[in-house]
Amino acid sequence: MARINLDHIRHAYGIRPSAPHDYALREVHHEWADGGAYALLGPSGCGKTTLLNIISGLVRPSEGHILFDGKDVTHLSTEERNIAQVFQFPVVYDTMTVYDNLAFPLRNRKVPEDLVATRVKHILEMLELTDRADKKARGLTADQKQKISLGRGLVRSDVNAILFDEPLTVIDPHLKWVLRSQLKQLHRQSNYTMVYVTHDQTEALTFADKVVVMYDGQIVQIGTPAELFEKPKHTFVGYFIGSPGMNVFPVDVEGRKVRIGDATLDVGFAPKIGAGQKAELGIRPEFMDIGRKGMPLSIRKVEDIGRQKIVRAELAGQAVSIVVKEGADIPADPHVTFRDEGINIYADSWRVGREA
Amino acid sequence: MGKTWNNKAWFMVLPAFIVVALSAIIPMMTVVNYSVQDTFGNNEFFWAGTDWFKEVLASERFWGALGRNFAFSVIILLIEIPLGVFIALNMPRKGWTVSLCLVVMAMPLLIPWNVVGTIFLLILRTDIGLVGYAIDSLGIPFRYVGNPRDAWITVVAMDVWHWTSLVALLAYAGLVSIPDAYYQAARIDGASRFSVFRYIQLPKMKRVLLIAFLLRFMDSFMIYTEPFVATGGGPGTSTTFLSVDLVKIAVGQFDLGPAAAMSIIYFLIILLLSWIFYTVMTRNDENA
Repeated sequence: MARINLDHIRHAYGIRPSAPHDYALREVHHEWADGGAYALLGPSGCGKTTLLNIISGLVRPSEGHILFDGKDVTHLSTEERNIAQVFQFPVVYDTMTVYDNLAFPLRNRKVPEDLVATRVKHILEMLELTDRADKKARGLTADQKQKISLGRGLVRSDVNAILFDEPLTVIDPHLKWVLRSQLKQLHRQSNYTMVYVTHDQTEALTFADKVVVMYDGQIVQIGTPAELFEKPKHTFVGYFIGSPGMNVFPVDVEGRKVRIGDATLDVGFAPKIGAGQKAELGIRPEFMDIGRKGMPLSIRKVEDIGRQKIVRAELAGQAVSIVVKEGADIPADPHVTFRDEGINIYADSWRVGREA
Repeated sequence: MGKTWNNKAWFMVLPAFIVVALSAIIPMMTVVNYSVQDTFGNNEFFWAGTDWFKEVLASERFWGALGRNFAFSVIILLIEIPLGVFIALNMPRKGWTVSLCLVVMAMPLLIPWNVVGTIFLLILRTDIGLVGYAIDSLGIPFRYVGNPRDAWITVVAMDVWHWTSLVALLAYAGLVSIPDAYYQAARIDGASRFSVFRYIQLPKMKRVLLIAFLLRFMDSFMIYTEPFVATGGGPGTSTTFLSVDLVKIAVGQFDLGPAAAMSIIYFLIILLLSWIFYTVMTRNDENA
C-alpha cells in the first residue's frame, strides 16, 4: 500500500525523441493517493499501458521520477518495487496446480510454508476456487485462469499496489460483472492502491473512485465519474465518456454572448478565449430539451432504447444527439434549448471555466 | 430411392495409387518375396519359409548392430536435445542478429550426409585438417580408423554437428511463441531464472521438443551415410549399424534372403517405435 507520485514522467520508445509526437507519454505529473482505486481510461494507443508498465517497473521512463511513499523507485526492478500486476491475457503456470500457482510468488520470496498455506487458502476462498486447489491449472477455463492471475497478485499481503491491464478482456460478459464487483469489494476490504487500465468506460466508472482519462499520450482529466460527466475538462473526455457523447459546436464568443449558427446564447460568464484559439461549446445530450422554444432543429431519426429515446438531429448545420424521456412529446416544429448547468466552453479543446 | 453407385472416383485415386505402388508397395513385396526364398543364381528360387528370419534373429551380428543403433540414438538424443535447448535459450530475440543466427544455424541442415562425412574426414586429417592437426599436436592419440572409441566419437560428433541446429531451431520456435506477459508475470512473481525455465519455457516448448525428439530418433535410427563414408562400419564391427550391415549383406555378399528378412525386421521395429511415439504424443495432446 503506497502513495504513488508520478514526477514529470515522459516516455518515448524511440531513441532520440525531439517533437512531442515522438513521445508515447507526454509529461505526466500527478499524485495518486494511498488506497485509492484509479482507472486509466482511454482509447487504444493513448499511452495507458505504457504508464502502467512505468509504474510496475517493466518500462523505465525516458524522463522523470516515480516515487512510492516519497521513496524514489525509478531505478528499482519490478521485484524490488513490490508490485502486483494482472495482464490482459491470463498467465498461469500450466504444469502447476492451482494451489502451487497461488503459492508461487510467496515461495519465491521465501515465505514460510505455514504462512503460505494460510494466505493461499484465504485467496482460494475469496476467488471461490477452493474445490479446484489440487487440479492442474491448464484444464481451467479462461475466467478461472484469469482469477488465478489475479490471485497471484492478491496473495502477497505487502504489495505496494495492484495494477490491472485490461484484465477482463477475455472474460464472458456475464462473468465480467461478477468479477468486477468482486474486485470492488476486495478493494474495500484490503485498501490496496489499485490501478486499472481499460478502454471500457463502464468498467472504469464502476470500478474506480477516480478515473484518469488519457488521450494522445497525456492525462486530460482526473476526476470522479460525476466530474467527468458534468465538467469534462477536454472535448475528448466529453466524447469518450457518456453514450452518446457530448455534442460540440464551433462558436463565436463575444463577452458573455456565445453565437451558434444564427442563435445567440447568454452563458452567464465571459469565457476567456485567447487570440487565434478555436472556441467551442460542449453540451451533453442529457442537458438539452426539445420544445417549441429555442433554436430550430431538424430531426433525422429517433432511436428508442427503452426508458429513453435518443433523437438524432441537425442543429446549426451539425449533427447532434439529444436524450429525451420515453414518453416525451416531440413537436412537429421542434426547437431546442440548452440548460445552463450543462454548458461548457472550450478554447482549443480545453475547458474554460466560470471560475477563470 | 437407392443410392447411385458411381465408381468413377476410383480413377481419380489411380495416379496416386500407381506412384505409391511403384515406389513403395512393389519394392516392399519384392523384399518379402526374397525373404522367404533361397537362390543359387540363374534366377532360380527355392522356398525357404521362415528360415532366414530364424537365422537373422539367432545371429549375434544382428543383435549387435541393433544394440549399436539404440546406443547411438540414445547418445545423440542425450547430447542434441539439451544442447539444442541451451542454444535456443541463448539465441537473440530481436535485431539483425536473429536472421544471422538463423542462417548460420540452418547451414549444417542443408549439407548432404556424405558431404558431412567427407568434411569430417578432412578436418580430422593430421596433415591438412585443423582439428586433426590440433589434436595431434597436443599429443592426444586420436585414430578413428583403428580405435572403436575414437570411431564412435567421430560418428557422434558428425551427427551432433549436423543436427543439433534442427533441435535448436524447433526449440527457438517454441520459445518465441511465448507471449511477453509470461515473462513479465514471472518477474512480478519474483521467479528465478531457473523457475522461468522450469515453469514457463520448458512446458511451452514441450510439444516442439517432442517433435524434435521424434524426428531425431527416427533419423538417427536410420543412420547410414556418415559411418559408411567415415569409418566404413569399422574398426571391426564397432560402428556397423543395422543399415550399414544390411547393405554389406545385400550388396556386398549378395545374400538376398537374409538381407530381405533383416529389412523386414528393421521395418517392423521402426513401425512399432513410430506407433509408440505416435500414441504417446497424441495422448499428451488430449491431456493438454
